[in-house]
Amino acid sequence: MVPNDANRTIEAVWRIESPRLLAGLARLTRDVGVAEDLAQEALLSALERWPQTGVPDNPGAWLMAVAKNRALDLLRRAKRLERKHEELSGELGGSWTSAESSLDAALDDDIGDDLLRLIFTACHPVLSPEARTALTLRMLGGLTTEEIARAFLVPVSTISQRIVRAKRTLAEARVPFEIPRGAERAARLASVLEVIYLVFNEGYAATAGEDWVRPELCDDALRLGRVLAGLVPEEPEVHGLVALTEIQASRMGARTGPSGEPVLLLNQDRSRWDRLLIGRGLAALDRATALATAAGGALGPYTLQAAIAACHARARTAEETDWPRIVALYDALARTAPSPVVELNRAVAVAMAFGPAAGLEIVDALLAEPALASYHLLPAVRGDLLVKLGRHEEARAEFERAADLTRNARERDLMLARAAEHRA
Amino acid sequence: MRFMMLMIPKGYESAPPKLELPVDRVEAMMKYNESLQKAGVLLALDGLHPLSAGARVSFAGGKPKVTDGPYAEAKEVLGGYWMIDVRSKEDAVEWAKRCPAAENEVIEIRQVQEMSDFPEDVQRAAAGLPEIQEKVGQRRG
Repeated sequence: MVPNDANRTIEAVWRIESPRLLAGLARLTRDVGVAEDLAQEALLSALERWPQTGVPDNPGAWLMAVAKNRALDLLRRAKRLERKHEELSGELGGSWTSAESSLDAALDDDIGDDLLRLIFTACHPVLSPEARTALTLRMLGGLTTEEIARAFLVPVSTISQRIVRAKRTLAEARVPFEIPRGAERAARLASVLEVIYLVFNEGYAATAGEDWVRPELCDDALRLGRVLAGLVPEEPEVHGLVALTEIQASRMGARTGPSGEPVLLLNQDRSRWDRLLIGRGLAALDRATALATAAGGALGPYTLQAAIAACHARARTAEETDWPRIVALYDALARTAPSPVVELNRAVAVAMAFGPAAGLEIVDALLAEPALASYHLLPAVRGDLLVKLGRHEEARAEFERAADLTRNARERDLMLARAAEHRA
Repeated sequence: MRFMMLMIPKGYESAPPKLELPVDRVEAMMKYNESLQKAGVLLALDGLHPLSAGARVSFAGGKPKVTDGPYAEAKEVLGGYWMIDVRSKEDAVEWAKRCPAAENEVIEIRQVQEMSDFPEDVQRAAAGLPEIQEKVGQRRG
C-alpha cells in the first residue's frame, strides 16, 4: 500500500469504528473530552503503524486496546502525581476490571444508549453551533479534523482549536454523559436536530465559497439523521428531519447547471430528481406523521417542512404543484415555528397560489425586519415578484442588492444575470 | 457515493429452486444488516432466489434464447445485494469486510452510476431513466 492509499483505508476504518470506540470510552471515563483524546491517540498510532503492518483483522479491537492502554497510563500518572483526577479515577479507581469488561461488552453489544449519550453531549447547548457541528461530525460521523476543515472551507487549525475549546467547555460546565429526560430531553433533541440540519444546509446551499453545493456534507448529514432515527425511533420530528433532508437531497443532481450554476426549484429537470431518496423521504414523512398523530400532537416544524418538500416531490411538473396545500402547510409552520424566513417562504407560496400582488404584500411587510436586513433571499424574492408584476426597474435593483448580499460566488452570478435581464 | 455490495455465493448457480436457509446464518446476517442500518449507510437490500427458479436469456447470433435454470454454464450468480451510501470506495470495502460471509461467498463492490458521471449527450439520452425507476416502483423506504 502506498501511504496515501493506506491513509484512505485508515480513514474508512475510522469512520466505521470511531463512534463505537468513543461511546465505549466515554462510558468508561464519563468524559467525552478525555474519551476523544484517547481515541485520537489511538488513531495516531494506527496512522503510524498500519501503513507498515497492514490493517489488523479486527481494527476496532486494536484501536480499543491502544486507547485502553493510554487510559491506564493516564490513570497511573494521575495516581503518581497523587492528584485526584476526577474524570478518570471516579470511574476507574476502584472498579477498573468491571469497567474494562463492560467496555469489551460495549464493543460487541448494542451500544445505542452510549451513542445517544454521545450525540446529546456533542450537541449540548453550552457549545456554540459551530462547535457542536465540528464535534458531532467528528464523534458521530467519524470524520477527521482534515475532512471537517475541507468540508467547511476553513483551515485545519481552526477546526482543531474549535474542538479543543469545545472539550474544555464541556469539562468546565461539567456536562454529564447522559440521556436527558423530561422537558430537558425535548430541548436537547431540538439542538441535535438543529446541528444535523445545519450540516445538511451547509452542503445543500453553501453560504460561502465557489461551489453552490457540497454533496459530501449533505450525505454526512443524511447518515447522521438515519443514525439518530435508529437511536430514537419513537420521536416524530427525527423522522420529519430525515424526510426533509432525504427529499431535499433528492434534488441535488438537478440543482446545478452544466457550468456549476444554481438552478432554482421550479426550473429544475424533475427527471433528474433521485427517486430512491424521494421514496425514502416519503416513507419517513409517513412515519413522522403517524407518530405525531398517534401521540395526539400537532406536526412539528421539520415534519411540516418535509410535507412541503413532499408536495414538490409529488408534482410531476412545476405546473402541477399543489400551491394551495403548500400555503396551508406554511400557515401551519408559521403558527408552530414563526420566523421571518418562514414568512418569506410563505410569501412565495402565496404568490404562486394567489398571485404575485398577494405575495408582495407579505414580502413588503418583512422589509423592516431586522433579522432579514442582510438576507440575500429577501431582495431575490422581492425582485422575482416585481418581475411578475411588470415592475422591471425595481426588480433589477433588488437582484443587484441580492448579489451584493450573498457570499456564495455561484449565487452572486445568478443574481447579476437576473439583474441584467431587467436592465431597461 | 453509492455502492452495490453484490453477494456471490459459490455453488448458488446449481442450488435447488426451493432454498433452505440455516437460521443461525440468517441471524448473523441480520445483525450485520442492522449494523449497516444503524450506521446510517444502508439504503436498500434484497436477497435473490436461486437461478434454478429463474432463467437466462442469451443473445447469440442476435436472437434471444431462453434457458431455464439451473444453467450449466453459469460459473457464478448473484445471491443478493446491499445498496449503501458511504464516503469512499474504501468505506464500502471496509463495510464488506465486516460481513459474516461463508467461505464460499464473495462480495463484489460496484459504484452506482450517477448522471453526472457522464457527458451531456449521454445524460440527455438517459434523461427518462429516473421516471422509469419511479414507474416500476423503485420507491422504497
